[in-house]
Amino acid sequence: MGSTAVRVAHGALDDVHGGGVDHHHHDDGSKTLLGFWIYLMSDCLIFSGLFATFAVLANSTAGGPTGKELFELPYVLGETMLLLVSSVTFGMAMLNMHAGRKGRLLAWLAVTFVFGAGFIGMEVYEFAKLVHEGAGPSTSAFLSSYFTLVGTHGLHVTCGLIWLVVMMDMVRRHGLDDANRRRLSCLSLFWHFLDIVWICVFTFVYLRGAI
Amino acid sequence: MFGKLTLDAIPYHEPIVMGTLAAVILGGIAMFAVVTKYRLWGYLWKEWFTSVDHKKIGIMYIIVALVMLLRGFSDAIMMRLQQAMAASDAAGYLPPHHFDQVFTAHGVIMIFFVAMPFITGLMNLVVPLQIGARDVAYPFLNSLSFWLFVSGVVLVMVSLFVGDFAATGWLAYPPLSGIKYSPTVGVDYYIWSLQLSGLGTTLSGINFIVTIMKMRAPGMKLMQMPVFTWTSLVTNILIVAAFPILTVTLALLTADRYLDMHFFTNELGGNAMMYVNMIWIWGHPEVYILILPCFGAYSEIVATFSRKPLFGYKSMVYATSCIGVLSFVVWLHHFFTMGSGANVNAFFGITTMIISVPTGAKLFNWLFTMFRGRVEYNVPMLWTVGFMVTFVIGGVTGVLLAVPGADFVLHNSVFLIAHFHNVIIGGVVFGVFAAINYWFPKAFGFRLNEFWGKASFWCWLVGFWLAFAPLYVLGLKGMTRRMNHYANPDWQPYLIVAALGAAVIAVGIFCTLVQFYVSIRDRKKLTDPSGDPWGGRTLEWSISSPAPFYNFATLPQVRELDQFWEDKQNGVAYVQPAKYEDIHMPRNTGVGVVMGAFGTVLGFALVWHIWWMAAAGLVGMVAAFIVRAYDRDIDYWVPAAEVEKIERSRHARLQQVQTTQVAPVAAPQRQKVA
Amino acid sequence: MHSLLSRLRYAGVGVAVLLSGCNMEVLTPKGDIGAHEKSLILIALGLMAIVAIPVIAMTLWFPWRYRSGNKKAAYAPNWSHSTRIELVVWTIPAIIIVILAAITWTSSHALDPYKPLQSEAKPVTVQVVSMDWKWLFVYPEYGVASVNELAFPVDRPVNFQITSDSVMNAFFIPQLGSQIYAMAGMETKLHLIAREPGSYDGLSTNFSGEGFSDMHFKAIATSEDGFKDWIAKARATQATLDGESYKTLAQPSQKAPVSYYGQVTSGLFASVVNKHMGDMSHGEMPMDSHHDISQADMPMDMHHHEDGDAVSSNTTPTQAEK
Repeated sequence: MGSTAVRVAHGALDDVHGGGVDHHHHDDGSKTLLGFWIYLMSDCLIFSGLFATFAVLANSTAGGPTGKELFELPYVLGETMLLLVSSVTFGMAMLNMHAGRKGRLLAWLAVTFVFGAGFIGMEVYEFAKLVHEGAGPSTSAFLSSYFTLVGTHGLHVTCGLIWLVVMMDMVRRHGLDDANRRRLSCLSLFWHFLDIVWICVFTFVYLRGAI
Repeated sequence: MFGKLTLDAIPYHEPIVMGTLAAVILGGIAMFAVVTKYRLWGYLWKEWFTSVDHKKIGIMYIIVALVMLLRGFSDAIMMRLQQAMAASDAAGYLPPHHFDQVFTAHGVIMIFFVAMPFITGLMNLVVPLQIGARDVAYPFLNSLSFWLFVSGVVLVMVSLFVGDFAATGWLAYPPLSGIKYSPTVGVDYYIWSLQLSGLGTTLSGINFIVTIMKMRAPGMKLMQMPVFTWTSLVTNILIVAAFPILTVTLALLTADRYLDMHFFTNELGGNAMMYVNMIWIWGHPEVYILILPCFGAYSEIVATFSRKPLFGYKSMVYATSCIGVLSFVVWLHHFFTMGSGANVNAFFGITTMIISVPTGAKLFNWLFTMFRGRVEYNVPMLWTVGFMVTFVIGGVTGVLLAVPGADFVLHNSVFLIAHFHNVIIGGVVFGVFAAINYWFPKAFGFRLNEFWGKASFWCWLVGFWLAFAPLYVLGLKGMTRRMNHYANPDWQPYLIVAALGAAVIAVGIFCTLVQFYVSIRDRKKLTDPSGDPWGGRTLEWSISSPAPFYNFATLPQVRELDQFWEDKQNGVAYVQPAKYEDIHMPRNTGVGVVMGAFGTVLGFALVWHIWWMAAAGLVGMVAAFIVRAYDRDIDYWVPAAEVEKIERSRHARLQQVQTTQVAPVAAPQRQKVA
Repeated sequence: MHSLLSRLRYAGVGVAVLLSGCNMEVLTPKGDIGAHEKSLILIALGLMAIVAIPVIAMTLWFPWRYRSGNKKAAYAPNWSHSTRIELVVWTIPAIIIVILAAITWTSSHALDPYKPLQSEAKPVTVQVVSMDWKWLFVYPEYGVASVNELAFPVDRPVNFQITSDSVMNAFFIPQLGSQIYAMAGMETKLHLIAREPGSYDGLSTNFSGEGFSDMHFKAIATSEDGFKDWIAKARATQATLDGESYKTLAQPSQKAPVSYYGQVTSGLFASVVNKHMGDMSHGEMPMDSHHDISQADMPMDMHHHEDGDAVSSNTTPTQAEK
């Protein structure tokens, strides 16, 4: 128990030992990435649960409007394009990170943010419009599952946007150090993951619903 | 301003609740006073609450679990008493409104806030030591998991005194748990406490998978991991695969209750059967999440106290993995009576039975570990043998319930209650007590008292059978579960015996508490100077007791299973390295506590619809996390000289032991197979 | 094979007798389904005893025989593998599980609650509605209904159609066999037959809230004449079960006394089922409005309705059968 004093006293030595004598505890990023992959898998299960729910309830419209009546494919296609493009711009950002170009990295991250925010804006507008038309989440089990599935994805993208802002600030302050590279790699995984989920949403919710 | 919360939410008119509240407040004040008097706040904060040391987090999990065991057990006593009294439609002393909350709280607390933290605590304490690691993969996340779990505990406890708890049964089936049939905040407490602690559980699941996959000592292959670590790995994989489903299920129920959605309602296309399916897709793996690490603990204990390697290590590993996979394809056996059709029922019945084959293989492996061994009757071993006998019966009744035709008459009866208590008490609780007795010296540096440990064991064993054998009979007499009172006077004698059984278990719990007290009092006498009090086989016994905060001064080199045993045999177990090196360690942090506190605020506010407070809680959690992300000063180096000093004194103590005794425990010499 | 099973059955009976000298309802069935389920339980227990009893014996014997104080016992400190033993401990349980799986497969089909019973006698249809917190039994063939009391003739199959007008419950008469859930917006089926006259306890086995413990009823299995008398008694009751009186009845109540309805509006059961089906959101009472429900609209109906229509049988006219 007397080790606190020892620990505090040796905090100052951190920088001296920056070289990483002990690779066991010095994270080269592989641990974090593995953990993040596992997290993504668990998140994937959350979405699977929501997709399954949607599949079960898709026809339970309770006499209310159906997907065919509600969904406007061209609009959703617009949303989809925004998100897809944002994945490409994130890819550009990562290329610049690996090349060590901090300025361009920040610029591309900013562009990604704009596209992501645009996607969220469009989604919010779409939701508001549906509610306004009397097709809100409490109208039927079908609409409950629709709003929950699409809304959960939107919530993830929003979290991604906050993370993006935080990362831009961190890169600005601390530059491209190990921690920032590691975190940007995770965010990149997260962003592409959401893209894939959205493609499933587009296919199974909108396309299938509209046909 | 305060949403649905008014002063009426406090149940003044219920003397039992108010009495408990008074006791809790008085106890709280007393504890606060003691901690203040002895100026322990700083120590607790610096050494425990903000600790990212897996051992301390593990100990805190187990302490909270023990406290919650008392809470969950008092619920059990209340139920047993009520049912022993309420024959021939007598009212008993608990009105349905209260009784229904009691059995719901009992189930929820025992599974989520007793069994889970026991298991998580043990994994925290033991796994890094067994694989020769200095901490888990994400020490801060580990602390965060713990404090999220605590915030769930706090919510459950608050529900006792402010508002009410769910009166729906521990899985809160809709439509009963929907807002229409459960308009009070009870189900909301249920939802948010489970969501908070469930988030913590998922995070520690991820943490432990990465720890086991990435941080094993140099040379340790997967097939050289101790069995407890193996079972922990499978359990954590199950956690990560199952808990997201629980999160979704509860989230949808939340949407129904808060946002007027229609997932599981009777109206507008909702489908309650979907909830039942989803909750059991999580629920069945959950029971294996609980039992597998216990199987691991029994395996370690049997091998150690039989003075032999575990029989059939490989088949043990395969059996564990089989069980893990199969646990995901059996969920429908919880509701054969829903009318799913003969093919579906038969399929799920058969998959369930198949699980008994690897489970049976495990039992045989333990048996053949004892075969031609030198079995010592220590407390952990008693729990293990008691478990084996009890668990076989639980397994038999389990397979019986897996036959749909039999389940049609036994489903939801107290036979079912007897069955799952048979496997959860006989398997998980016995396992946890065995493990606590076994690994206690490694955590605290002294052994637990044997006499009180044995007394506790016998009370639990006898009490368990007294309490649950009558329920098996009552199930065959057609008594169903969750009855507040009943018309049939024939049932009463059995229920009185069951209540007596519960009282005997209460004595067992009391013995455990005495055991802790006596052992702390006699800690000098029970001290474990060698770090290897039982003649252990795995790496955790190679270091001092209690383990130093960095665990291993030099990382062990592993070439085979039971490396430490081999090293002892070859006389190279305690060789000091020529030179110690600096050790990299994570720094303590209070962010986990802060996030847990904000989580509690968030949960409480959501329960009572206090939206501003909920927003504050959420923003607080996110902000604390971001602030933590900006902190670059999260680790430090322990200089080699410091390590050397600690290790020198350890080896000096070791020398003393070895000169006064022949060896810590007389390790038998290598000899040919008899 | 068959003789082995019957021997096992006797072994199982032995266990059961040892268990108690008292009357265990589930093990003293009064109808075919219950009898089949009883023998299934005993056969399964007997089969498992083949492994369980030796394991328990070994669990007690091994640690005693090889206790550390017993230096006479052999000690093999490094012995940890034997392919032969492994083979045995995996194979024998596996064989037993294979046998049990075969039994499970056949018995699950034989005992499928949805399967109508083979019988010369004409079945009686009873429509069961679980409410907060009581049971409503409607006899569409006789145009009468009862609360918390059920009667039917012995030796005639009873076809139960079961639903809930509230939360989930389960319909169970332990001495006659199988139980099945009652769920809103759904119709589940159960087929039972009684072989001995008597008054059997029936209850809900799925917790449904505050009044759950009093949700029990008497199931009276009686002679043909007794049944006719019972119907006559019900029919003589003035009360009529129509939209209005149904609403009153459906209000939550506890310990509801036994009561009868001499007349029942036709299609009542169907409208209770329809009321909770998502697609029929406008299916409030009036009682007599008939909705046609197609299979696709059933909310995740996991059932195998041979007739493809959950409520087809409700079109039976409520003509009295004198």
